[in-house]
This record gives sequence, C-alpha cells and structure tokens, in this order.
Amino acid sequence: MKTKRMIGNAISYLVLIIISIVWLFPFFGLVLQSFRSYDPAVEYGGMVDYLIPKTFSLDNYRFILSGETNFLIWYKNTIIIAVFVSILQTVIILCVSYALSRMRFAGRTFLMRFWLILGMFPGFLTMICLYFLLKQFGLTQAGAVPGLILVSVASSGMGYYVCKGYFDTIPKALDEAAMIDGASRARVFLTMIIPMSKPIIIYTALVAFMAPWCDYVFASYVAFGHDSSFNVAVAMTRWVWTNDYQGYFTRFCAGGILVAIPVTILFMCLQKYYVEGVTGGAVKG
Amino acid sequence: MGKNKNRKTAGFPVTNVFATVGSTFVTGDWKTKVSYLILGFGQLLRGQIVKGLAYMLMEAGFIWYLVTFGLKYVSKITTLGTVETQKISRKTVYGDNSFLILLFGLLTLFIILFFVVIWYMNILENRREEELIKAGKNLPSNKKVVLSLLDSNFDKTLLALPVLGVFVFTVLPIAFMVCVAFTNYDKNHQAPTNLFTWVGFENFKNLVTFGSSGFGVTFFKVLAWTLVWALFATFIDYFLGMAVAILINKKGIKFKKLWRTILVITIAVPQFVSLLYVMKMFANDGLINGYLIKWGWINSPIPFWTNPMLARVTIIVVNIWIGIPYLMLIATGLLMNIPEDLYESARIDGANGWQMFKSITLPYMLFVTGPFLLTQFTGNLNNFNVIYLLTQGKPQSMSLVENAGSTDLLITWLYKMTVNNTNYRMAAVIGIMVFIVTAVTSLVVYNMLPSVKDEEGFQ
Repeated sequence: MKTKRMIGNAISYLVLIIISIVWLFPFFGLVLQSFRSYDPAVEYGGMVDYLIPKTFSLDNYRFILSGETNFLIWYKNTIIIAVFVSILQTVIILCVSYALSRMRFAGRTFLMRFWLILGMFPGFLTMICLYFLLKQFGLTQAGAVPGLILVSVASSGMGYYVCKGYFDTIPKALDEAAMIDGASRARVFLTMIIPMSKPIIIYTALVAFMAPWCDYVFASYVAFGHDSSFNVAVAMTRWVWTNDYQGYFTRFCAGGILVAIPVTILFMCLQKYYVEGVTGGAVKG
Repeated sequence: MGKNKNRKTAGFPVTNVFATVGSTFVTGDWKTKVSYLILGFGQLLRGQIVKGLAYMLMEAGFIWYLVTFGLKYVSKITTLGTVETQKISRKTVYGDNSFLILLFGLLTLFIILFFVVIWYMNILENRREEELIKAGKNLPSNKKVVLSLLDSNFDKTLLALPVLGVFVFTVLPIAFMVCVAFTNYDKNHQAPTNLFTWVGFENFKNLVTFGSSGFGVTFFKVLAWTLVWALFATFIDYFLGMAVAILINKKGIKFKKLWRTILVITIAVPQFVSLLYVMKMFANDGLINGYLIKWGWINSPIPFWTNPMLARVTIIVVNIWIGIPYLMLIATGLLMNIPEDLYESARIDGANGWQMFKSITLPYMLFVTGPFLLTQFTGNLNNFNVIYLLTQGKPQSMSLVENAGSTDLLITWLYKMTVNNTNYRMAAVIGIMVFIVTAVTSLVVYNMLPSVKDEEGFQ
C-alpha cells in the first residue's frame, strides 16, 4: 500500500514538473532572448534557432529606455489609462451593484435583463460608431488616451455581476438596523457596505487595471497613426508584425519584460483577492 | 407609500397606461390639466418647486433640442438623405450625410421616447399629489425631496451616470449598427462623400447566398469553426484544469503553493506579451522548429500557422496553456468545499480514485459551475485576443470571401471587415449573427442548468 502511494506521488511530481516546464518555458525564453543584442555586429536580433544568447547584452533595454523610440511615452500612456480606468470603473461598479443588490425600484429587473442582452452583442460591432462619437469630442488620435478611458469607463456599469453577487451575501439585516437608527441609504453605502467590501473592491480594481495593458483592438483603432498616443500593446504588437520584425524581435522581448514585471508583481501580491473574486463569480454565474 | 404605488402603475400593461392618462385628465383639477402641456406646472403651484422646475427645465431642453438639432435629422431618417455631395467648379459642396442622419436621427427617437416617459411620470406625479391633498396630508417639503436622492431615491443617484454612459456608448452604437445591417453602407457608400440608404433584408439574403459573390459558404465555414473552437476551448480547458487542480490538491503533494504560482503567472503576464511570444515560438523560423530541425527530428519546419488544420489544432493547444491556470484556480477553491466525509464513506465502500471522481467530484463541479461554463462558452465564441494575436485568422484561403481565413472566428472576421475592408453593412449583419448565436445558446443552456435558482434565494 505504501509503495503504491509512493509510486503515485512520484508520478504526480513528475507530471507537475513537466507542467511547470511547459508553463514557464515561454517566459524563460522571453527573458533570455531579451538579453540578445540586435546589433548586427554583435548578434542577430531576429528569429534564431537557439535559446541562450551567445553574448549577453543590454542593448535592447538601452534602446528602449534611451528615448530612441517613444517607449516611455507608451508606457506612461498605459499607466495613466490603467490607473484611471481602475479607479473610475470600480466606483461605477460599486454604485451599480449597491443599487441593484439593495434597492427595489421600478424597472430594476428590466434594467438587468436589458443589460444582459446588450452584453451579448459583440463589442467590436460598435467600433466605428464609438470612433465617430469620440472624434466629436476630439478624443481620437492626439486625444486617444482620455478617449480610451472614457470608453472603458462609460459602459462599465454592465459588469456588475461579481460585485453584486458579493453584496448579496452581506446580510440585509445590517442595512435595516442602521436605517432604523436613522442612517440614510447613502450613509449605509459609504460607511458600512464599502468598508466591508475590501476584497471585492480590490478584485474589481485589479481586473480593471489589468485590462488596458492588453487593449490592442480599440486602442489601435482610436490612436491610429498617432505614435505618441499608443499604449504598449499597440506599439509592441506593431513591432512584432512590422515587416522588419527580424530586427525588432529581441526588442519586443525586452519591452515585454518591462511591461510584464510590474503587472505580474502586482497581480501576485493581490492574487488572494483575485482568486476570491473569480471563484465567487464562477459559482454565482 | 408613494413608491409602492408608483411601482404598481409602472408594471401595468400599455392599455392601462392610456387609461391612467385619460382618467387623470378627466378627474384632475385644472393644475393637473395644464401639466399635460406644461410639465411641472401643477407641482410648482402646489409648492413642489424643485420637482416642478426640474420638469419644466426638461421640457424646455427637449423642445430646444428638437428645434435646433433633432428635427432636421429625424425628418430624413426614412431616406437617410437625398442631396448628393457635388463638386461645383472644383469646390466640394457637401450634401446630406447619411451617417449623421442615421446616428442623430436614432438619438432623437430615443430622446423623444425618453421624454414621453418623463411626461407620463409627470402625470402620475400630479395625480398622486392631488390624492394626497384630498386625503388631507401634507406634501413633502422641497428639502425632503432633494434629500430623498440620498435615501429612498438613492438608486436614481447611483444609477444616473452609469445608465447614461451605457446608453451613449453601448445602446446608441448598437442600435446604430443594427440599423446599418439594413442599409448599403460600405466602401462605395462612404459618408460624407456618398449617400447610403435602406436596402431591407438584402444583406441578410447575401449572407446566405451560396455562389461566387455570396457570403454563404464563408459564413457557414466560419460559423462552424467558431462553434467547434468554443466547444473545444471550453471543455478541454475545463477538464484539464480540474485534473491539474486535483493533482495539486492530492494528499502528500508538497509545495502546493509553488505549483499554483507557476501556473498563475500565465494569468498575470499581459496576454499580448505571452501570446505574441508563443506565436513566434511556433513560427516556421521559431524556436520549436529550430530545435526540432537541429536535433534532426524533422527536415523541414512544421507549418504550425500556415497549414489550416494544424493552425486550428495549435490554437486550441495554446489556448489550453492560457486556460488551465484560470480553471485550476476556480476548481481548487471549489474542490475544498466538497465535504471530506463523502470521500471517506466512498473509500470505506471500496471505491477507487476514478470512481470517486466520477460519482462525487464531477457531478458536484458540474452542478456548481454550470453557469460559469456557459459564460466561458459564450466568452470563447468571442475570444478575439487569442485568435488575433496568434494567427490574425490566417492562413487565408482563396475560397473564402472578405479576407476570411481558416482560423477566423465570426468576431475576428467582423473586425477585419470593419477595419480593413470597410464593409460595414456585412460587418453589422455578422454582428447580429454573433448576437443570435450567443443569445440562443445562452437561453437554451441556461434553462437546462440544474443550478439555476431564484435570484432572491441568495439573499
């Protein structure tokens, strides 16, 4: 019996180690290749058939950070978008969730059904129309950064599910007790519910913060042709797809590392809340 | 009290709305009767200054909007403009702009609808005030009315901005694009230089026309792949993710946290970095082919992205890499909720691991995660990022129209049609099809789920 368990565990460890290698390999490769020089005199900066660079160099990082490209501006753009979207979206989702979880008003179920149905339309369908609307406000090309914030925040009320599910688990009796003591709805919301919702607030803010880092589609459409309004995803994707990507591949790796490190660290620190949020959301649906 | 009544009337069918409007007019006093024309008039005279002024301002704003802006667009909405843009002695004289007419015409229609609701609310308000006065009660003071926005009417304060945002940036654009599906808005009919107009169901007919010019073959091919992809992407990830979670959860396995953390890195790293790198890894001149050739396992590169069938398989495999960590996290949390004594008693009855999984773990997980699986499935139907960052829908095929490729989902095809080909009319049709597919699957599956409970049951 004991040997059987030992063999079982050994196989399990073997599988886990294989899984770990497969999962980590691309990141491992990304890091290694970011240290390969793109300078033809040193090494080739395109696709090669070996993993470990022949000479270790910081050329890519130097190129990115020296200001030869707008990388720092793209980075700044992305951070600005992510921070604003994260804050504003969280505020809106909290408001909507509280209203839908606690208050019973005419049209509540209609609103929820209507938003559910709206959510079934593909988002890109509306791209040209949104572009036009943003253009009316001067929020394309040069103004793409505030434009992208506006679009991400404006419709965020529809993503209330997880947060409302969380609010639903806070007993209503608490609200009622406070209201009998004379507190208004607004006070209950601000001084009772919000402090009790730290995990879901962090989850909402984290998810909202992560999304703009990957926003390629709409960002590239809105900022089209205006280099200094790009976010990192648009700029780096262009590096990979551009015709001379051969020379830009290692630079993409280095840029990718610079993007991934802070986001990954942040995510790892707040992982606990993320897990709570997704698990809760998955069960409630 | 007043709130309850409001809810009751709002839930009435349309005929009762008309009945209320009629009977209020007959039985109401002169203040109420004037309020039918001048909104807020009755409220104002009864001392409800804040409410009265709010209604009056809304009416004034509405009329101002219609006269200065709305009417000129909404009046042309049936034709979408008739005056062509012309060149008169080298100067361009712009005619009607069909795009603006359609967009602002729709906006105006929505605003008219909204105003009718406001008008109706105003009538109900008058009626209620009259009833209160007749019953000898006092109307709430103005201060109380304003403060109620933080209390009994707090929902209106909270929802006003989000609902407005959703209206302008989601409802209006979707309504616009749904209308575009019934017009001939494409690269030959670009506003403002050319007009476009209503064509009825022509685009939908085109979608199911099989022939050299029709979209039928391409549409059904892309649709089939979209469904196959969503099925594979959802269920393979689901079961493998659960398997990995069970493996890590197993008794006697150490460093549980480490294994989980390694997997979670895929979620943490922004997808455009990891997916683009993986895409390059599988490229013809990429690492994988490079090493396989160097080791002498193959002679020529494996066409991971250029062979249609292989590209599809590779996408599904890469998606497993993306999807497992996510499902592992969810499954880990849920597996811990399964009561240990269930397994204990199963073990006593002599069940082996597989039997326990089959009759305890799996049914529990399927029951709890039913709605989640559904959202995963619909999410995968529209999984733009994975497809676009990996293949952009390629390899392209001459037998498909509008640049569709073998790995294109409906959603990436829609994107291409919008951005590259400016074929808005067909893009809109495809968008509606995506909606129909999503809605039908959701409705059918949702009603079959065992775990669909009364929403209020949670509270």
